[in-house]
Amino acid sequence: MQKALKGFFTPKLFLELLGIVLLGVFFFPFMMVIFNSAKNASEIIATPLSYPEDWSNLIKNIQEILSRRNIDYYRSFVNSVIITSVSLAAIGVFSGMAAWILVRTKTRYSFWIFMFFLAGMVIPFQVVMLPLVRLLETLRAMTGIQFKDTYHGVILVYIGFGTPLSIFLFHGFIKSIPIDIEEAAIIDGCSKAQVFFLIVLPILKPIFVTLLVLNGMWIWNDYLLPVLVIGLGGSVKTLPLSVANLAGFYDKEWALILTSVLMAALPILILFLFAQKHIIKGMTSGAIK
Amino acid sequence: MIQKDNIAVKIVCFLASVVVVFFLPLYSLVLWISKLLNHEIVWELDDRTGPVRRFLVRNWLGSNATAQQHRIFIYFLLPSFSAFFVFVTVPFLHGLFLSLTNWSGLNTGSEVFIGLQNYVVIFKDARFAYSLYRTVLYSVMNIFAINVVAFFLAILVTQELRFKNIYRAGFFMPNLIGGLVLGYIWQFIFNRALVSASEFFNPSLLISGETALLGLIIVVTWQYAGYIMMIYVAAIQNIPQDLIEASKIDGANAWQRLKTITLPLVAQAFTVSMFLTLVTSFKQFDTVMSLTQGGPGAIMTHWIGSMYGLVEMPVVQSTNLIAINIYQEAFSKYQMGVGQAKAIVFFIFLLAISLLQVYYNKRREVEL
Repeated sequence: MQKALKGFFTPKLFLELLGIVLLGVFFFPFMMVIFNSAKNASEIIATPLSYPEDWSNLIKNIQEILSRRNIDYYRSFVNSVIITSVSLAAIGVFSGMAAWILVRTKTRYSFWIFMFFLAGMVIPFQVVMLPLVRLLETLRAMTGIQFKDTYHGVILVYIGFGTPLSIFLFHGFIKSIPIDIEEAAIIDGCSKAQVFFLIVLPILKPIFVTLLVLNGMWIWNDYLLPVLVIGLGGSVKTLPLSVANLAGFYDKEWALILTSVLMAALPILILFLFAQKHIIKGMTSGAIK
Repeated sequence: MIQKDNIAVKIVCFLASVVVVFFLPLYSLVLWISKLLNHEIVWELDDRTGPVRRFLVRNWLGSNATAQQHRIFIYFLLPSFSAFFVFVTVPFLHGLFLSLTNWSGLNTGSEVFIGLQNYVVIFKDARFAYSLYRTVLYSVMNIFAINVVAFFLAILVTQELRFKNIYRAGFFMPNLIGGLVLGYIWQFIFNRALVSASEFFNPSLLISGETALLGLIIVVTWQYAGYIMMIYVAAIQNIPQDLIEASKIDGANAWQRLKTITLPLVAQAFTVSMFLTLVTSFKQFDTVMSLTQGGPGAIMTHWIGSMYGLVEMPVVQSTNLIAINIYQEAFSKYQMGVGQAKAIVFFIFLLAISLLQVYYNKRREVEL
């Protein structure tokens, strides 16, 4: 009996238990959000820690969020999707193009242009934000095109800020691709553009996925850049902006705030369940390089 | 009101963008169509051709290989380069200039060059020094907390555990959610949920100026540890297995293996993690914004106040980290020039610290 117990209480079991406890600690905030999204205002004040009495409150809260016009959940969700996906595609393709031509054109200009992009990596957004807002105003005054609070404005700014890191990662990867394939393609009659889009771009897929994840997490969750370029009440406001808008508007109405938090976090958590391997790998390998 | 930026600069920028954005692609289109129609455009170059035209045709407009290469180089580089140049480089350089003016309010355009006066104002400002001090304090504690927790978690999830993949995904999950949203979650937890749970959590960490920074560190550690953990996990998994087996045969216990094999071999991951946590700590903005809005109030740290010759210590915002401070200077007080100067001080500070950190860690890596 004693021997059996001794075999049972191994260090491994202890570690396993430790893992489960820690997982519980890490999930506690998520639990709080889910539980309290399913309570009404008075229940949340009386018993914020307990299991909700009636899950139908969750539906009620969600309907409430969907109907509030200053949150505009549908529209801000669609805005977030549009801004994130278009920026990601543009950053990926454009910086891939730039990195490829910089690697394959061996002149001192291409070296210095690459260095110029790299210098952009060390600039924190705070240094650029005030002149940037002013620049957008100036551009409107000069050209008559509105850049603030429009899709193309935000997307262009994201391309500008996403480019340095993406070019850096692409540059490192493209250097490791043998040039023979491209030369063979040129001999077979491909133009330069065809070489890039038909031959090189498919080879870039692994680093492309890394960049999708890295830039996607950044753009989807970003707050400071949208709040300056779009504004809290803007017509193309993203999900973080509408959560901030709601929380500022209904101060301390926690049932609604937490429901909106849940609804803002849910899309990316669902995505994580499906693409977990890619996301973890993308974020980690992107950092190590 | 329209800005009074330099008219010559405007004209040059305009002409350059017209040439690059409109003329070259249009020209290529013409070349391409003429090729399709079997009407090749040939540029006649003879002795009478001037040097400018000769240069243009040889390098940019002709159908020879050099000119084609150059055009393709421009097209491939143009989209990302122009976005980067217009929205990052130009504001950055403009910002250097604006920090030397009395810029106030976004669109006045009537600012006057005042030299280094803004920087003098900043260095005489005890509140800015306090903000810098709090940022450094926060960053040091944060880097320590995140890396220790992350390394511990990484050791845990690289053991032969049954649910190790679930643990990894679970610890990683907080990192998926944006800082702004996390701030609201934790504000609720600190101020509502935990307070009702027991006396130990009452009053909430976020109420008092002494402890609010600690609350922030807990939140960011919770958010970031899983991410840093994955970097350590990747490094630990790269350790050659035969090294560990050899040390086991030689009779090394778990602690000795950790100290002499694992730690030196993950030194590179340590540099990366330090760098990442350092930069994110210094730039921390959205979590603070939703968690504490920079508050609550606290009495200024005594030694900073006395350094600036203050007798009565003023009340300051205890989580007013530097990123928040810049934002408030610009958008609450409309002191854009001062805000921009603060941002540049912040940039130089961050650059110096991160370079130093990488330099020292690289040296330590070699020693280990």
